[in-house]
Amino acid sequence: MSQPPQVSRGPVVTPMRVVIAVCLIAPFIAMLWVGSYAKTDPAFIGIPFFYWYQMAWVLISTALTMIAFKLWQRDQRARSAAKGGASE
Amino acid sequence: MKDGVNGVALAVFIFFFLAVTVMGFLAARWRKAENEHSLDEWGLGGRSFGTWITWFLLGGDLYTAYTFVAVPAAIYAAGAAGFFAVPYTILVYPLIFTFLPRLWSVSHKHGYVTTSDFVRGRFGSKGLSLAVALTGILATMPYIALQLVGIQAVLDVMGVGGGENTNWFIKDLPLLIAFGVLAAYTYSSGLRAPALIAFVKDTLIYIVIAVAIIYIPIKLGGFDDIFAKAGDAFSQTNPATGAPRGALTPPEAGQWTYATLALGSALALFMYPHSITATLSSKSREVIRRNTTILPLYSLMLGLLALLGFMAIAAGIKVQNGQLAIPQLFETMFPDWFAGVAFAAIGIGALVPAAIMSIAAANLFTRNIYKDFIKPDATPAQETKVSKLVSLLVKVGALVFVLTMDKTVAINFQLLGGIWILQTFPALVGGLFTRWFHRWALLAGWAVGMVYGTVAAYGVASPTQKHFGGSSKEIPGIGEIGYIGLTAFVLNVVVTVVLTFVLKAVKAPDGIDETKPEDYTADAGDPGVQVELPPATAGTSH
Repeated sequence: MSQPPQVSRGPVVTPMRVVIAVCLIAPFIAMLWVGSYAKTDPAFIGIPFFYWYQMAWVLISTALTMIAFKLWQRDQRARSAAKGGASE
Repeated sequence: MKDGVNGVALAVFIFFFLAVTVMGFLAARWRKAENEHSLDEWGLGGRSFGTWITWFLLGGDLYTAYTFVAVPAAIYAAGAAGFFAVPYTILVYPLIFTFLPRLWSVSHKHGYVTTSDFVRGRFGSKGLSLAVALTGILATMPYIALQLVGIQAVLDVMGVGGGENTNWFIKDLPLLIAFGVLAAYTYSSGLRAPALIAFVKDTLIYIVIAVAIIYIPIKLGGFDDIFAKAGDAFSQTNPATGAPRGALTPPEAGQWTYATLALGSALALFMYPHSITATLSSKSREVIRRNTTILPLYSLMLGLLALLGFMAIAAGIKVQNGQLAIPQLFETMFPDWFAGVAFAAIGIGALVPAAIMSIAAANLFTRNIYKDFIKPDATPAQETKVSKLVSLLVKVGALVFVLTMDKTVAINFQLLGGIWILQTFPALVGGLFTRWFHRWALLAGWAVGMVYGTVAAYGVASPTQKHFGGSSKEIPGIGEIGYIGLTAFVLNVVVTVVLTFVLKAVKAPDGIDETKPEDYTADAGDPGVQVELPPATAGTSH
């Protein structure tokens, strides 16, 4: 809004943003492709694959969302620094 | 079921119940703001909750007592198919990561309390906002009723629900008391009460699950034995359908159902008014994003909890009503006093969401029906008064529902509610990212989705029910069995897009958009962002 005209906001698609998108989309592909995990073997401490695999994905997707969050914060900071005024 | 009342369990249950009741009333004084008669204050807790309180509040709100009873019950009944709740809650967080911060920003900039407020402001359409508000209220009511069903299940197992032959008043008295307490402290303390009680609830639930997941498998001979016994039980033919009772992994034919249920439910969850209420009460954009990285802890818990369904089978629990499987498992496996703790966890777990849901429904009514259509010049004090009364009415409605109608009716409506609420997705999430959709097209898409979803769900028969027998049906054009809500949602989007093209071509009047692009990224501290930041107290390690 009040940014100096000579400073552009930077490209909309950056490598960092692609990584963020991949982190957020990966759980969808993994979880919606039910055929890839609808089996009982290998079992883990007696729990069939189907169950422990999905619970493992709770942890994986948490890690991915956390990475996305950190990258996004960095992206926003870089942008507000480029604008010449920190909004934090 | 043991004969008579389980005295020790009941005493422990009553102890915890009394403790949270006192907390509920004291909550009004917790982090109190200057103006307690505004809807922001009563209905959104002053919009001041930090990361941890928001986490407890959202967790208490989304993972309800009914979830704790119903998810293992579904596993107990049919095996793998019931486990979709886990991928569903996995998908929720990457999803809300993208759109909830935008909703937070625009709501704090313009003082929106509900999703309908936003839709009205964005599209300049009272009709669309009314549609969103009505859908929200309709979808929430049966959800509250199911919380009471969850309490009832616990009371039944403790032996205070009474048998079939006790007088109805004696039978329902404990539920009435629980309900009265809930109503009273919500009325006096607003959103602060459930926020505070959520701490107790989650602590109890985590303890119970940690103990259950270690103690019960040891008693039952390890997970190998549990799953072997469950596999045997599922391969038995069900006399009602002539097919096996269930399976340990979804069969080829069930995979579409599994995936569409997970996706559809994930899309729907944050359309529910109570999820939004808990979200808007947080004090900054970052609180929400940070929460998407810590909320999955609950999903892990839910997955472990789901496994209890298998344990109930392995422990030889036989119940007619699947809802009773888990409470019964607790009573059979645990010493009496710990069973009491577990029951208290479920009971209090029902109170928190019931309180938040009734507040959310009341906010919708007050802002988007009362103020928009009945009394446009209502003062903030009047708004709060109406909201408080409506939250009471909503709860009474749910109570009447549970007491007078069969439990299956509540469950059917809950199923329909999920399908309905998903139909508000295009207006809300679409609206957060683009103003391209035409308001009338959104309304038409919503109507098509609602009608298709309702008719399709009505037509699903099960061995025990002629209508509303399930939530999945053949997807037209694909031929696989999928979640009705998601099919309706796709239809909704198609209608919305096509009609938007048509309406733009004929230059139908577009409503006035009162929001600006930068409103969607505003954060606390930016000019015009309404957020009051009272001095931090315990629990706000933000």
